[in-house]
Amino acid sequence: MTTIRVGHLYPDYLNIYADRGNIAVLTRRAAWRGHELEVTALGMGDSVAPGAHDLYYVGGGQDREQLLVAEDLVRKAVAIHEAIDGGAAALAVCGGYQLLGRGYRGFHGEDMPGIGLLPLETVAGERRMIGDVLIECELEPGEKRTLAGFENHAGRTRLDPGAEPLGRVLAGFGNDGESGFEGCRAGRVIGTYLHGPLLPRNAWLADWLLAQALAHRLGTEEAPELEPLPDELEGRAHEVSAARARSRGGRFDA
Amino acid sequence: MRLHPPLGLEIAAARGVAALSRRLGAGGGTTIPGKLLAELDRGAIDRLASRLGEGTAVVSATNGKTTTTAMAAEILRPRHRLAHNAAGANLVSGVASALLSAGDAELGLFEVDEGALPELVGRLRPRAICLGNLFRDQLDRYGELELVAQRWREAMADLPAETRLVYNADDPQLAAVGETHAGSTAFGLDDAAAARPSLQHAADSKYCVRCGTPYDYAAAYVGHLGNYRCPRGDHARPPLDVAAREISLEGLERATFRLDTPEGSRRVELGLPGLYNVYNAVGAAALARALGAELDEIAAGLERFSAAFGRFERIAVGGKRILLLLIKNPAGANEAVRTLVDGGGPRLVLVALNDEIADGRDVSWIWDVDFEPLLPGLETLVASGGRAAELALRFRYGGLDEHAVELEPDLGDALDRGLELTPEGGELVVLPTYTAMLGLQRLLAARGLAKPYWERSA
Repeated sequence: MTTIRVGHLYPDYLNIYADRGNIAVLTRRAAWRGHELEVTALGMGDSVAPGAHDLYYVGGGQDREQLLVAEDLVRKAVAIHEAIDGGAAALAVCGGYQLLGRGYRGFHGEDMPGIGLLPLETVAGERRMIGDVLIECELEPGEKRTLAGFENHAGRTRLDPGAEPLGRVLAGFGNDGESGFEGCRAGRVIGTYLHGPLLPRNAWLADWLLAQALAHRLGTEEAPELEPLPDELEGRAHEVSAARARSRGGRFDA
Repeated sequence: MRLHPPLGLEIAAARGVAALSRRLGAGGGTTIPGKLLAELDRGAIDRLASRLGEGTAVVSATNGKTTTTAMAAEILRPRHRLAHNAAGANLVSGVASALLSAGDAELGLFEVDEGALPELVGRLRPRAICLGNLFRDQLDRYGELELVAQRWREAMADLPAETRLVYNADDPQLAAVGETHAGSTAFGLDDAAAARPSLQHAADSKYCVRCGTPYDYAAAYVGHLGNYRCPRGDHARPPLDVAAREISLEGLERATFRLDTPEGSRRVELGLPGLYNVYNAVGAAALARALGAELDEIAAGLERFSAAFGRFERIAVGGKRILLLLIKNPAGANEAVRTLVDGGGPRLVLVALNDEIADGRDVSWIWDVDFEPLLPGLETLVASGGRAAELALRFRYGGLDEHAVELEPDLGDALDRGLELTPEGGELVVLPTYTAMLGLQRLLAARGLAKPYWERSA
């Protein structure tokens, strides 16, 4: 049994899209393989000790809550960069995703700093992009997998040239409704607008993150193979969600 | 040249469509005539409302607006002929329909959708407004809670001085709205013994509306509703004008409390369970009082009240019963769960999750509901609705054994299976989202077990 240590950033502030569902999925899927997930809340004023966590999680919030945490997150930036450089993994959803970029410009012109962990910037647009979304990813060469979720964001996220998106949009808006990209991936760090929450209906990504976290914990270069699970309900939930995206995924009116 | 088509003609056309809709069995037609009227001439709503001799009153809230409005109707009905959108059609079109079928009504009493409140306040110019609560709800439909709150603030800032504004002071966002209107009435709960030990996971407005510091709660009742104070002294719950004190919850059967008003106090025994229904009752009491009801009428009306459509409704099926509790967002579902657990906790539960527009297309909210207190005694979950698998995953990752989960996406199959598993003389607890509840009502009506919702009076 291995204890996987998760640092959950601002669970009190950034939790609007049922982020605890993602944590519950990681916890159970680790337990079903005989591992323990130890989740520590990293809130306002708490310090981050590089090396103390194998996986960081940061969820979504309303603009107001996001503004409240943004400055505090900047104070943690050096430590988080150091932790990620040391091989820790991270998953950031929606608002948290935006904060991992270089910054966010809100609808009323207010600027919110980011920590520059992902090569991207976000600017609020006039219309929110809301709807079911389906993307295709290739996190490991030759392994194409889909992620199905729901998106609801005013921010338009632009990746820097050469940055790696998390996936290609099959249905829905994605980062900005134009580029055809969704999310961003840099090594073991994943940022995405997909909630719903993301992991219950996309169990493969939960396992990928657990494997990356285990690699950090065990100090190995290669992520270990996890024992497969039946995932029947997960598969059905994914199918329904993917079908919703195909039939009613977000698109701007022509 | 006339600017408007004759009102009588519009009304006749719209009513004809409703009758046709019912005869074709296409559903209640509760909003069809209103939709038609709203298409033909939205201003007709203003003119229809102005025909009501005693004016109108509106209730809006994320949770409890149907029940609060129905309670207020029960209090007011002995003395007033009411126009009331009892079937829950609460958009502009639904209110228009209720106005169309108002007949000789004197007083309009309408529950109003949170998003539609600003427009309807402008059109109806209500005598009294009751603001119940703002919770995290269908984010895909309403946008962020803050946006709804801001639209409400703007709408209330323009109210005429004589409008009676009644607001739930236990909700910080509403207190910030209500305090600014002269002569407004603050209602709430005041009984630390009935409070929760801590804020729930899904608590929303827990930061000071003025400075952003987390509030200190002397008592938290439902979600973020409670007795709060900013530690920096920037905002605190206003003093309550109408309050429930000495609250006693008695399982699935009833809740009793002392209703305190400036005119005096009465002990009220409510035939509905749960703290959230105490909130509904105090809100209805404050609204009825603003419309001139006496304290004795208020207490009697509340005690007469049974249940609003689909909200803690019991339906007999042979020797068994179905107990319907609508769920639609974390705060409301948490209260349904808490009430069930207080009543002993069911061994079998049917939960039906749909994702139509009226349910919210984003189903992530189910992960913010604290379903876990149901799990210890739960032997079988029948998961139903369009998103049955997602719902089953919620319980599965919450800790329910995989063998306890039965997936029946079709509502009819789920109902059959649920009733089959229910012992003779027992009760099947059903927690449906909004369109799933309508689907169940249609199924039950088709089986002759319940009246169709469009034929009910309340």
